[in-house]
Amino acid sequence: MTALLEANGLGKRYGRKWALRDCTLTIPEGHVVGLVGPNGAGKSTLLNLAVGTLTPTQGTINVFDSPPARDTQHLSRVGFVAQDAPIYAALSVREHLHFGAAMNLTWDNQLAVRRMSQLGIDPRQRAGKLSGGQRAQLALTLAVAKRPEVLILDEPVASLDPLARREFLQILMETVVEHKVSVVLSSHLVADIERVCDYLIVLTSSQVQVAGDVDDLLASHHRLVGPRCEPSDVPEGQHVIDASHTDRQSTFFVRSDGPIVDPAWSIDPVSLEDLVLAYMSQGRDTEPDLWATSKGRS
Amino acid sequence: MWLAWRQFRTAACVVLGFLIAVGVAFLVTGPHLVHVYDTVVKTCAAKGDCDSVTSTFQGDDTFLQHFGTVLLLFPALLGMFWGAPLVAREMEAGTFRLAWTQSVTRQRWFLTRVAVLVFAAVVATGLFSLMVTWWSSPFDTLNFSLFANFDIRDVAPVGYVVFAVMLGVCAGVVIRRTVFAMGATLVAFAVVRISISHWVRQRFASPLHLTQAFQLPFTGNGSVKVGNGLKPGDWVVSDNIVNTQGHVIGQHGGFGPNGGIGFEAIGNGRTEFVGVGVCPNKIPAPTGGLGRKDLGPGQAVQQALNKCVAHFHLREILTYFPPSRYWSFQWYELSLYFGLAIVLGAIALWWVRTRMT
Repeated sequence: MTALLEANGLGKRYGRKWALRDCTLTIPEGHVVGLVGPNGAGKSTLLNLAVGTLTPTQGTINVFDSPPARDTQHLSRVGFVAQDAPIYAALSVREHLHFGAAMNLTWDNQLAVRRMSQLGIDPRQRAGKLSGGQRAQLALTLAVAKRPEVLILDEPVASLDPLARREFLQILMETVVEHKVSVVLSSHLVADIERVCDYLIVLTSSQVQVAGDVDDLLASHHRLVGPRCEPSDVPEGQHVIDASHTDRQSTFFVRSDGPIVDPAWSIDPVSLEDLVLAYMSQGRDTEPDLWATSKGRS
Repeated sequence: MWLAWRQFRTAACVVLGFLIAVGVAFLVTGPHLVHVYDTVVKTCAAKGDCDSVTSTFQGDDTFLQHFGTVLLLFPALLGMFWGAPLVAREMEAGTFRLAWTQSVTRQRWFLTRVAVLVFAAVVATGLFSLMVTWWSSPFDTLNFSLFANFDIRDVAPVGYVVFAVMLGVCAGVVIRRTVFAMGATLVAFAVVRISISHWVRQRFASPLHLTQAFQLPFTGNGSVKVGNGLKPGDWVVSDNIVNTQGHVIGQHGGFGPNGGIGFEAIGNGRTEFVGVGVCPNKIPAPTGGLGRKDLGPGQAVQQALNKCVAHFHLREILTYFPPSRYWSFQWYELSLYFGLAIVLGAIALWWVRTRMT
């Protein structure tokens, strides 16, 4: 499996504040990758570093074995839709397509025009007057029509209403099937990820909590319910991710290396949402407590 | 290239419209001025009524005569409204993320847009300057004060505009906020322009000097002496009055902080030449008093004053450039501003490539 993206000790600092720090991860090619994490986890920073609109403060990042945006050739292999889908408000939709054609080595104008007409977008319309959903679609069309090998989408549906969100993701999936393009998309909503992604990365405070094929992840994680006990008491081969206790019962969210045979435990399958939340809360536990050191504040 | 032009179209059209309006106004009035100049002003010497003819002529189209000073501001405006938003607006709107992730490197994106902008600015300002220079030529020939309008004639404004636009671009790149970048552009442009025109321009070449005995601006026979011994059109850089010890005691034909010439009675029938010393001779009391402006009628008084002045052996040293230097100064000025613009462009490019992320 070739790596689409490889980050090594990657960090980005703004002034004194680190937006991303010591991030090491690998994203394989040929997937629809969901990058999920709480707000401020560094998702946006990571994706902007991946397309070269940011440069790292430390560490390295490679996309297709090359630093991002190294040259024209490399730029043409990566399609990007930034957060809030920036477009030129004063330019019409048709002019945006003209822009795409003028600014790219390869440009599938037929595809772009077909998409716009399917969505019922008037080519003379000023892009600034488009609805949020249409705007996102225009931005996606610009990224798709340059026929990249990977689409990197930063919170593509965050600002859309549920209907526009579903439509957007549906069209994205059609694109993936039609053009065999890899996708990396970030979101803080698990439902969106669940609908389209087959590979999941949970990122909290710059750290990868878990990464893997969605089906494998779901198959290897379970919820164990048994009599009240400590995390160290769970059966062999089970790694506790998250634990909660009542007076008489303990519930553990575990990653299983092997089958569980102990009949004392009831074993439930987990949903992707459970999985993401479990890893996100684990990530929170490892975060430094900023308040602990700040004396005199209350 | 297409993008650079498309984004710039509206701003370019506004300026083009303005230039067309100015051009029409100049074309309507210009030929008439040339005609009047050729037929009336040039021939006035033969008729002997030059003073009234020239003053009437100079009263023509005074609004348009002063309109040439808009050319002073024009480069600053282009720098603010064309240069500063070039990159800053993309940063503010977030569209740089769109532009930089097409298949065009950031460097090329930047250079293309700057090139279109600079080209348009040069054409617009060159045209504007050409129109002003052509329209004003009858007045300029009459006044023959080339250096007085140095900044709003011929090629110098082209240098200013290239500099102003690059200043705007650079400010936009570094500051990233359109409004602040526009303000910074205006301030920096004004500072540089004023500094160079006041302190640097006169060092482009070594000036000529003229040393003459200092005389009061009137002669013994009561008529007022006109001029300072130089030809009209000479650009006077400094005009110092020195005493016998070589100290500068006055400037521009006057003495002391207020720069005038004064004589004051100090009692015992003696008179002080203010700022210089006590007159050795007795100055008869004038009938009209010893004001600065009113040195009084009566040739006796004037002759006495001239004698007093002559006693001090003051010399007036004029440093100046003759009008023949005008064109070389225009080219020096143009080159200097081009040089500054290139430096700013290099800084902006470096910043876009390495610092802007």
